[in-house]
Amino acid sequence: MIRRQALVLLTLVGLLVATYLWLYKIGMLGQLQCGTGSCEFVQASRYAELFGLPVALYGVGGYAALFAVGLAGLQPRFAADRRLARLLAALATVGFAFTLYLTGIELFVLHAICRWCVASAAIMTTVWLLSLAELRATPSGTAPSR
Amino acid sequence: MKRFYLLLVAVAVIGGGALWYGSQRGPAAPEPSAPAPVAATDGFRGYTLGSDSPPVEVTEYSDFECPFCASFATVQMPVIREQLIATGRLRWRFRDFPLPSHKYSRYAALAAQCAGEQGKFWEMHDQLFTNHQWAQTGKNPRSLFRDFAKAIGLDLDKYDACMDGQRYAARLDASVREGEALGVRGTPSFFVNGRPYTGRGTSDDFKALVDSLTKKHK
Repeated sequence: MIRRQALVLLTLVGLLVATYLWLYKIGMLGQLQCGTGSCEFVQASRYAELFGLPVALYGVGGYAALFAVGLAGLQPRFAADRRLARLLAALATVGFAFTLYLTGIELFVLHAICRWCVASAAIMTTVWLLSLAELRATPSGTAPSR
Repeated sequence: MKRFYLLLVAVAVIGGGALWYGSQRGPAAPEPSAPAPVAATDGFRGYTLGSDSPPVEVTEYSDFECPFCASFATVQMPVIREQLIATGRLRWRFRDFPLPSHKYSRYAALAAQCAGEQGKFWEMHDQLFTNHQWAQTGKNPRSLFRDFAKAIGLDLDKYDACMDGQRYAARLDASVREGEALGVRGTPSFFVNGRPYTGRGTSDDFKALVDSLTKKHK
């Protein structure tokens, strides 16, 4: 249960980070608080959009989905539900793959790093590892209790 | 479990509050107009792209070794060229601002000026930014730049003479002084109709800016 709690808490933080980047992208925030990073440059690049939508919005959607599924997983009736653990792991794997792609763009195409993106990448990586650990720990063949 | 939900609510409230506060502050206000630029020693004011009498002019201070400038030139600039410059809505002015921390940026700026002497500044500009690996290797790019010169069809004897004599060094110095007088601190820096630009530096943002300034003009 502690793993799922950690996962839910992390996805909430990730959701806030993604929302912050999305609000910036749609012009609701003036400047990104970035310190010495290159947040504005990364966010201003063409890679900050995918299929006409801000990448951060995909982050908001992904974290929101993980948060909702994670919250459901905290309910006693789903505690030993392997299907839910599978769903969490699948969502987190997609999120992790997307994170790898975005980090690759930052490092090898833009040659610039956005600290908020790094924070999101660290969160998503941890969430992915937690979801895999949760999947391994959930016994197979279990279904929700009625 | 109750404690955990309380923690979740606390994180959501604090984080949501911070986002709300940030959104209330709104986008940064444009800065006041800049002081008049300093003229170059030979009166040269930078190479330009676009119509002679556009409603909007953007001046870019750039450094050929700067990775952000390279990304801007290769990612945003093609769209700006196609949608704003080619359609006569915007003129783009390029000013050199080689940063002292970059080993070969001044050399690259000289190469571009020497190409400009033969009417191919923008072709060399594109070569330097598109093939930007030279800026990461730390190796002397002399022969590579000469290859660029050859590729864009420069007269190599004239190019060599120009580079060896550092013919346009004074132009670069004047451009840097001009940028410093305008308050340029890093690259790329932009000025729109003489005013410092504080936007995001995307083609979309420039397009919106040109749209809004063009409306004001009418």
